Amino acid sequence: MTFVIEARNVSKDFKEVRALDDLSFSVQQGKVYGFLGQNGAGKSTMIRVLLTLVRPTSGVVEIFGMDLKKNRKQILKNIGAIIERPDLYKYLTAKQNLEIFAVMSGVKIREKEIMEQLNKVGLAQRVNSKVKTYSQGMRQRLGIAVALIHDPELIILDEPMNGLDPQGIADVRNLILHLSKDLGKTLFVSSHLLSEMELIADSMLIIDKGKKIVEGKVAELLNPGETNVELETMNIEQSRKQIQGSLWGKHFVGESNGKMILKMESDKIPVFIRDISQMNIDIISVRPKHSLEDYFLSLTAHHG
Amino acid sequence: MRCLFVLAGVLLFIHKTQAQSAESLIQKVKAKFEKIHNYEADATLKTNVSFIKAPIANVKIFYKKPDQLKIINKNGISFIPKGSVNINFGGVLINNSDYDVIDAGKDSTGLHVVKLLPKEDTADIVLSTLYIDERNLLIKKSKTTTRENGTYELGMTYGKYSEYGLPDKIVFSFNTKEYKLPKGVTFDYDEGSKKNEERLRIKKGRVEITYTNYIINKG
Amino acid sequence: MVRLLKIELYKIFKRPRTYIAFAVITVIILLVQIALKFGGEEYVDLMMTGAKETFDIPVHQILNGYLVCFIILNLLLIHVPILVALIAGDVVAGEANMGTLRLLVSKPVSRFQLLWVKFLASSVYTIALLIWVAVFALCLSILLFGTNQLVVARKDEYDIISTSDVLWRYGAAFIFAGLGLITVAALAFMFSVFADNSVGPIVATVCVIIIFTILTQLQIPFYDETIKPYLFTTHMLGWKGFFYVRGEEGVTIEGSIEHFSQIIKSALILVGYTAVFLAIAVWYFNKKNILS
Repeated sequence: MTFVIEARNVSKDFKEVRALDDLSFSVQQGKVYGFLGQNGAGKSTMIRVLLTLVRPTSGVVEIFGMDLKKNRKQILKNIGAIIERPDLYKYLTAKQNLEIFAVMSGVKIREKEIMEQLNKVGLAQRVNSKVKTYSQGMRQRLGIAVALIHDPELIILDEPMNGLDPQGIADVRNLILHLSKDLGKTLFVSSHLLSEMELIADSMLIIDKGKKIVEGKVAELLNPGETNVELETMNIEQSRKQIQGSLWGKHFVGESNGKMILKMESDKIPVFIRDISQMNIDIISVRPKHSLEDYFLSLTAHHG
Repeated sequence: MRCLFVLAGVLLFIHKTQAQSAESLIQKVKAKFEKIHNYEADATLKTNVSFIKAPIANVKIFYKKPDQLKIINKNGISFIPKGSVNINFGGVLINNSDYDVIDAGKDSTGLHVVKLLPKEDTADIVLSTLYIDERNLLIKKSKTTTRENGTYELGMTYGKYSEYGLPDKIVFSFNTKEYKLPKGVTFDYDEGSKKNEERLRIKKGRVEITYTNYIINKG
Repeated sequence: MVRLLKIELYKIFKRPRTYIAFAVITVIILLVQIALKFGGEEYVDLMMTGAKETFDIPVHQILNGYLVCFIILNLLLIHVPILVALIAGDVVAGEANMGTLRLLVSKPVSRFQLLWVKFLASSVYTIALLIWVAVFALCLSILLFGTNQLVVARKDEYDIISTSDVLWRYGAAFIFAGLGLITVAALAFMFSVFADNSVGPIVATVCVIIIFTILTQLQIPFYDETIKPYLFTTHMLGWKGFFYVRGEEGVTIEGSIEHFSQIIKSALILVGYTAVFLAIAVWYFNKKNILS
């Protein structure tokens, strides 16, 4: 198993704020790695560390098996990225932007190749229009084209589906899967569209307040054998005390929006419902949560 | 008493004799000048004034009898002192009937000193003192006081054109007014040097004209 | 490196705002030339106040292309630094504002190289601006007013420079002026590195230029002895030194420069300032967290 990115004990302090707190993770080659967290969790900071925009206060980052600090140029030659929004030179055309970033990436590129890239992202018709005339979605697509112009091995995408319509989202999703599955590229993707991440990510990392909450293969983390169960009652305080005092206490994960979250195997849910009814707990609703969104919310709420 | 009359008579006689001698000297010098109706000369003009630095200029000097003189620098800029028209003596000598001639004897170098006083009160020249080489009939030096342009001196050196009374070199010395410029028109910057106050106090300037060629009476 | 420089120049010269400075310079120069064409003799007459009581002054000969260019440079070279700051102050901060800086810094180009290439590009722009000034101020003035000797009016004398002795002085003066303007570019560039928006660096540079220029022009002994010798704006005026000639008994010595060592000293001071500004810019940029 080859890891393209290995981050070990990475921390970053900005004056009084600790943006990254002893973060460690590994990204396997040829996979799509989902990077999730609420706003302000530290995702952008970590992406900026990977792209040498920000120096970590401590810790080590290795990419392609090389120390990022010592082999910056060599590593960056093989990375393409969108960082937050794809800001480009608005007073230039798509073609001119691609030419500039191709040179900056150290590649010589012909007009034919530029047109191919623009075709891939559906901008061939607007090649000579200035970027300032583009919609948000078009700029997003152009940003992806810029990230891929030098055929990098590692692609870091920060919110790649922002501003896209459903068709655009589907196109990006298919592109990511194509890059990963067909071309063997490694993708490091952060997104708020959890439903989309669930479809494309092989592994994921969830962070909160700069700390790792959980890391692992998506399939395993969302194991249908074990489910998060959301319990809403009339008196959450009293209910929580009763449940934590019972055999079901070990399944207790936390609370979110006035509801209790417990984790248990799916076939134990009916038994659980029966037991809590017998505890004279006034149940309003019991809802199993299977999706990434549910999982994400449950984790971040607990840590929030 | 008789002795006194005799003495007075002798003195008057001497004065009149000397006066005639100055008059005749001037006439002889004038006769030389009268031969020149016009000339065109090439010359170099060197300025030595405390507030001017200028390259040596190649000028042309045009003269037309009796008192028209013009100095022209076609290829450059020359500051011509006001009163330069008076470097030519034609105007003084040819019209000397407008002047009283006073013999001032000889100076230490043996030059005959003659003073010319204008009869007309409104004339520009107030007094002109000529230092004349009697033998060669050449004006070697002059000091002239004018109403408009102050006092200036001319020193002449002669060579091959001496028979015409035309000098090879003239040194024209004059008084300069104080150098003052409105601040907005100067192009200065502080290059760290101090103002040369001593140099600015020098209120005299000099122009040297060295003639290289005369074309005389060509029309 | 050359490819990177070409890209930076491409970005600068593709922006419409780059040409504002060229347009402004053209308008100012033309206005001055028109004014001197119609009222130049009066101006020269005023300029010759120090000598016209003693001498007959050939005003029409003094008003020639060389003098017109000299007048224009004296007016313009105080204000061109502001135009230089417009571009040099934008070269890094403008990218941060646009959001493109993070893309550039994440490319396989060292931060030092990126910064160096950006500074070179803003220097090329500065030199282009100066060449524009040279063409319009000198060449057009010569076309309109012809050539003759150059009369330089100084606080305690007039220097008359031979026609054949003028042109090389302009060449040297433009080179020196270029050095001064590159110092301004370096200052604006340094401010640009600290900011995420180009307004701040441009305004800061302009303020520094204005304050320092005022201190340079003030004739107060306290400032003359303390601050003035160290201000780069004092030394930027060193280009005028190429028009101060040495003389001997009132005669100009062709090809001479009166205070040549002072000009060299000023040039070295400007180079020193430029180096310091760039060193600070590089030091800060290397450790800066790119958060824009």
